[in-house]
Amino acid sequence: MSDLILEVKGLKVSFATKAGSVNAIRGVDLELPRGKTLAIVGESGSGKSVTAKAIMGILSSNGAIDSGEILFTPKGEGTLSLEKLSKKQFRKTVNGTLISMVFQDPMTSLDPTMSIGKQIIEGILAHQKVSRAEANRQAVELLRLVEIAEPEKRMKNYPHQLSGGMRQRVVIAIAISNSPQLLICDEPTTALDVTIQAKILDIIRSIQESMGISTIYITHDLGVVANVADFVAVMYAGKIVEKGTADEVFYDPRHPYTWGLLSAMPSIDVKEEELYTIPGSPPSLIGEVIGDAFAPRNAYSLNIDSRIEPPMFKVSQTHSAATWLLHESAPKIGPPKALAERLEIMRRRNG
Amino acid sequence: MAKYIAKRSALAVATLIAIILLLFLLLELMPGSPFNIDKVPFDTRAMIMEHYGLDRPVMERFAKYLANMLKGDFGISYSLSKKTPITALLAIRLPVSIRLGVQAVLLGTIFGLALGMAAAIWHGKAMDTIATVVSVLGVSLPSYVFALTLSYFAGFRFQLAPMLYQASSPIYSSVLPTISLSMFTIATVARFTRTELLEILGSDYMLFAESKGISGAALFFRHALRNALIPIITVLAPLIVALMTGSLVVERIFSIPGIGSLLVSAIQANDYNVIIALSFIYSAMYIFIMLVLDILYGIIDPRIRITKEGE
Repeated sequence: MSDLILEVKGLKVSFATKAGSVNAIRGVDLELPRGKTLAIVGESGSGKSVTAKAIMGILSSNGAIDSGEILFTPKGEGTLSLEKLSKKQFRKTVNGTLISMVFQDPMTSLDPTMSIGKQIIEGILAHQKVSRAEANRQAVELLRLVEIAEPEKRMKNYPHQLSGGMRQRVVIAIAISNSPQLLICDEPTTALDVTIQAKILDIIRSIQESMGISTIYITHDLGVVANVADFVAVMYAGKIVEKGTADEVFYDPRHPYTWGLLSAMPSIDVKEEELYTIPGSPPSLIGEVIGDAFAPRNAYSLNIDSRIEPPMFKVSQTHSAATWLLHESAPKIGPPKALAERLEIMRRRNG
Repeated sequence: MAKYIAKRSALAVATLIAIILLLFLLLELMPGSPFNIDKVPFDTRAMIMEHYGLDRPVMERFAKYLANMLKGDFGISYSLSKKTPITALLAIRLPVSIRLGVQAVLLGTIFGLALGMAAAIWHGKAMDTIATVVSVLGVSLPSYVFALTLSYFAGFRFQLAPMLYQASSPIYSSVLPTISLSMFTIATVARFTRTELLEILGSDYMLFAESKGISGAALFFRHALRNALIPIITVLAPLIVALMTGSLVVERIFSIPGIGSLLVSAIQANDYNVIIALSFIYSAMYIFIMLVLDILYGIIDPRIRITKEGE
C-alpha cells in the first residue's frame, strides 16, 4: 500500500452559481496504488466527474478547490501537489503526459473540424520534441494499438466519418499518446452500444497492462466495476461513503447506499418482479448538509443520522464505510434479505 | 467540388435571367415612361418611344435585351444623362460602390470578430458589457440614423473626417460612410461570435483538447475559432446583402457617386435601362457572394466538404 501514485486528502470543491455556492465535493479521500485500477461509482450528481476534473485540473471557470490536497507521484520522481499548479503548468507538465483522460461521449469529445490524425499528432507534438513525420508515424502506431483497421487511411478521416466505437478508440489513442502514468476514464462506455462496450474495456485493459498505467474509472455501471476494478469507492452527495477492494465492496457491502446500488443491479440469479430502485433523489448541495446526506432515503437510518454526519468506520485494513450502523453501540443490521441471498450466490460461484 | 461549383453556377445564370424577366414585367406595370414630360406633345412622345423601340411587346424587348447583354451592352440611359451608354456610367460609378462595400465588409467582419472574441474571452467582465452595448446599438439603429449622426458630429461639429465624399481622396473621405455602413455588420458578427464561442469554449472537445495539454492561443484559434466561424459565415451572407441595400441611403447622405445613389435617381426618373442594369448587378453580386460563402463553408467544415464531394 505504500507505493501510491495518487493520494487525495480532504478534497473540497465548490461551484459559484446564481443560486449560491454548490458544494459538489465535500471532503474526499482517495488512494490509488501504482499500477492498480480504482472505480469511483455513484449516481449522477454525486461528484464523481468533478473529482476527476479536479485531478485533471480542468474544473470549469466557476469551480474552485476550496481545500485539500491532490498528491501525485510519478515513477521515480518527487510528489507533485496538483492543487497548487497553475493552469499553464498543468497543461504543460501534467495534462496528456502524466495524467490523461478518456471522456464519456466520443461523439462530442473530438473536434469536428480537424482530422483525427491531426488531433493525435497535436497531442504528441504538445509534449514530445519530435519531427512531424515521427509524430505521424507514432499516431499510426497508436491507431493500430487501439485496433483500428487501415490506420494510415483513417488518419485523414474526420470524426463524423467514424462510428461511436471507433471514435472512442481514437480518444483512447490520443489519451495514451504520451505514455501517461495515470488514465482517468469518465464513463468510457456509457454512450456506446452494449456490443462495443466490452471491446473498449478490453482495449483499455490490455493497454493498461502493457504500459503499466494506473487507472481511475468513473462509472455508474457496476458491471464495468466488477470487470475492471481492484478498488472501489462509492460516492454519494460529494462524499465517499464506502471504499475497499472490489471484493470487499461487492461481497461484503456495509453502507445502506451500497446495498441500494447493488440491489438495483439486475441479476440473472434471482427472479424479480420489478427492479429495485433507491427511493427519493439526492439532496441539494447548496449550503451545508446537516447529518448524513443519505439519511432521508435510507430505510435503516438512525436518529443520530439527522444530526451528526457519520465518520469513516474501518471494517478491515482496506475497507471502510461512513455509516453509524458500524458504530459499536448501533443495532446489528445487515443488508436486506434479497440482497444477502444474491451476494451469497455470487460469492459461492466466484469462490 | 468542381462539379458542385459548376452546378451552382448554372443555377445562378438561370436565376439571373428570371430576375431580368421579372424586372421587365414589373417595369411594364409602372405608370408613366422615361419621357413623361408635360411640355412635350403626345405625338412627339410616341415618336421617341418608337425610336427607342419601347412600343414593341415586352417579350420581344426582353429577348433583344438579353441578346445585347450577352455582348456586354446594357443599352443607354434615357433620361438621367442623355444617350450615355450605361456601361460608361457603370465604369465610373461601380468601382466607387464596390470599394465602399469591400471596405465596409472588411471593417465589419474584422471588428465584429475581434469584439465578439474579446467578449467571449473576458466573459462577464467589462469588455463583455461594452460588446453587448455596441451590439444592441448597432442592430437597433437604422444605418441612415447612424450615418446622419456620424455626419453631424464627426463630420461637421468636430471635423474628424470629411463630411462629403471627394473623388480626389477616395479612402480618407469614405471613412464616415464606411463606418456607418459597417455598424450593423460589426454588431451582428460580434453578437454571433460571442454566443458561438461561449458555447464552444464549454464544449467537450475543448475540454478534451485541454486534457491533452493544449492551451492558450493554439487552443483558441485551432479549436474554438475555427468551429465558431461556421455559423458566422451563415449570418455573413444576409449581412452583406443588407450592406448593399444600406448603401442606397448612405451613398445619398455622403453624396457618394456610386451605383446606390444612381439607382435611386433612376427609379425616380423611370430610366428603365438603368434600373434593370443596376438591379441585375445587385442580384449578380448577391448570387456571387452566396456562392463564395458556400465554397468557404466547404473549406472550413469538413462535414460539408465531404458530402459535396460525394455529389
